[in-house]
Amino acid sequence: MTNEPSLLDDLYREIILDHYRTPRNHQEMEAPTCSAEGANPLCGDTVTVSILLADGRVQDIAFGGQGCSISQASASMMTEYVKGRTVQEAGDGARAFQQMMTTGEPQDLEGFDDIDALRGVAKFAARVKCASLAWKTLEQALDGRAEPVTTDERTESND
Amino acid sequence: MTQTDMDVQQRLPFDLDRIRRDFPILKREIHPGKTLVYLDNAATSQRPVQMIAEMTRFYRDHNANIHRGVHTLSIEATDLYEQARQRIARFINAPRAEEVIFTRNTTEGINLVAHSWGRKFLQEGDEVVITEVEHHSNIVPWQMLRDERGVVLKYIPMLPDGTLDLDYARQVIGPRTKLLAVTAVSNALGTITRLDELIPMARAQGALVLVDGAQSVPHMPVDVQALGCDFMAFTGHKMLGPTGIGGLWARMELLEAMDPFLGGGDMILTVTMAQSTWADVPAKFEAGTPNVAGAVALGAAVDYLEALGMDAVRAHEVEITDYALRRLGDVPGVSIFGPPQAQDRGGVISFELEGVHPHDVGQVLDTHAVAIRTGHHCAQPVMAALSVPATARASFYIYNTTEEVDRLAVALEEVSRFFGVRA
Ligand SMILES: Cc1ncc(COP(=O)(O)O)c(C=O)c1O
Repeated sequence: MTNEPSLLDDLYREIILDHYRTPRNHQEMEAPTCSAEGANPLCGDTVTVSILLADGRVQDIAFGGQGCSISQASASMMTEYVKGRTVQEAGDGARAFQQMMTTGEPQDLEGFDDIDALRGVAKFAARVKCASLAWKTLEQALDGRAEPVTTDERTESND
Repeated sequence: MTQTDMDVQQRLPFDLDRIRRDFPILKREIHPGKTLVYLDNAATSQRPVQMIAEMTRFYRDHNANIHRGVHTLSIEATDLYEQARQRIARFINAPRAEEVIFTRNTTEGINLVAHSWGRKFLQEGDEVVITEVEHHSNIVPWQMLRDERGVVLKYIPMLPDGTLDLDYARQVIGPRTKLLAVTAVSNALGTITRLDELIPMARAQGALVLVDGAQSVPHMPVDVQALGCDFMAFTGHKMLGPTGIGGLWARMELLEAMDPFLGGGDMILTVTMAQSTWADVPAKFEAGTPNVAGAVALGAAVDYLEALGMDAVRAHEVEITDYALRRLGDVPGVSIFGPPQAQDRGGVISFELEGVHPHDVGQVLDTHAVAIRTGHHCAQPVMAALSVPATARASFYIYNTTEEVDRLAVALEEVSRFFGVRA
């Protein structure tokens, strides 16, 4: 056993596993202002995001669904980040997250420290869509659009 | 090696070391010090050097377009292509080589039947019966036909053990049924379909039967005449052949009555600006320059399998699957879907590891150089019936060993530890 962090440790940072095992804001919401559902047909990940808005701020946020550790941890972290922020800030966060997934670069955003743990996912092309699902669904919910989100633009693979 | 391990190894019907030497990829170190354990054979098999050499030889020594030249190379290429058809026909015991149509894959074969037979012979209200365990490629073409032609699509549901509900099948296959389209082996769960029960039910109603042979032709003896089916589609890349080549077998009188699939060169007898007449079967269904090298190389793949003997291929898979069912069954947290007996399965084991999503299972196994498939396996209705979003799936072929199953089992234990599911 070496002490060098493996590629796997890069992907599954402890904080990610922690959010996966004990997700935050993983509950149902009675009367959300807006909500959206996202799915990753290829892996069967689903995420629903429900938001309670007041005075242009995210008063409360909840997520549901099921999926792999990356998709669920990312959703949990997203809700922690977004709660209490303005709609504008939430949108900025979503864009920054997707930027981080495409470039693998750290994002200089207040409150993004924990989320930086997901940066290692950028190295795993097949998992980027898992991590991005919650954030895309968040954008969808905030846009108030009704159609379901998918992070899988490819056609399905055969087997 | 444990004692049972050695017992199993001794019972295996052929020399695995020798076979493995034909597949250099199996020696590849995926990560430093970790050689590949390839358990994703239901998706695609690995390829032996013999097949690769045949493909190279074709391009190097015989390459030309077929059916259209008087020169030596064109004649050689045509001969090699037609010989491959004969070898493949013999492999599935087709009565006539011309009844084998070269396609790109299983999907194309099924679409060919939906298009060339379905659009011509099915009318509004006619029924096509499929099953809940079909691969998407044996669902979607029929849904398209339903939407276009008003054909009624019915399906035979899966029971919780992964087998088909045969009692229900007896009710759903009726006088309006024109086609039963069913897979020989489920790619998602490995269940072997009781074709011996289903085909007579369909025939008794005067319906035709299409068998999706994608998971049977590579893995067990298949005899289209003994089965009594009318169409059989299969794919080369799951049986040691190249990608982009597959076959559709159908009875000659059906092929003669069917319309062409694609229009163009090679499939016509005469063309005037007013109209064209079709070439004979099989050319009628092989428009354009086909995958000649692929067909030739698939012939070599078939030779390889025949040299092993399909009974032996099947016997090896039963042994390895039986071993894996027991070995994986002992891994804490693993639950296996589908029939409990190896005899009732192809070499496929779909499973779940408690507390860990299949995607994560696959990811961690990859760091152990163990390649499995995770996801819905293009069989979303099966996932829905099991109420799971996805499964992890290990699938075996001629070169897999019990040691590889052990490596999978050990790696799975580490997955559980890694995710903190078990101490
Ligand atoms: C049962 C079954 N049918 C059809 C297919 C489709 O095969 P192909 O992708 O080669 O067309 C597959 C595998 O992908 C399969 O397992």
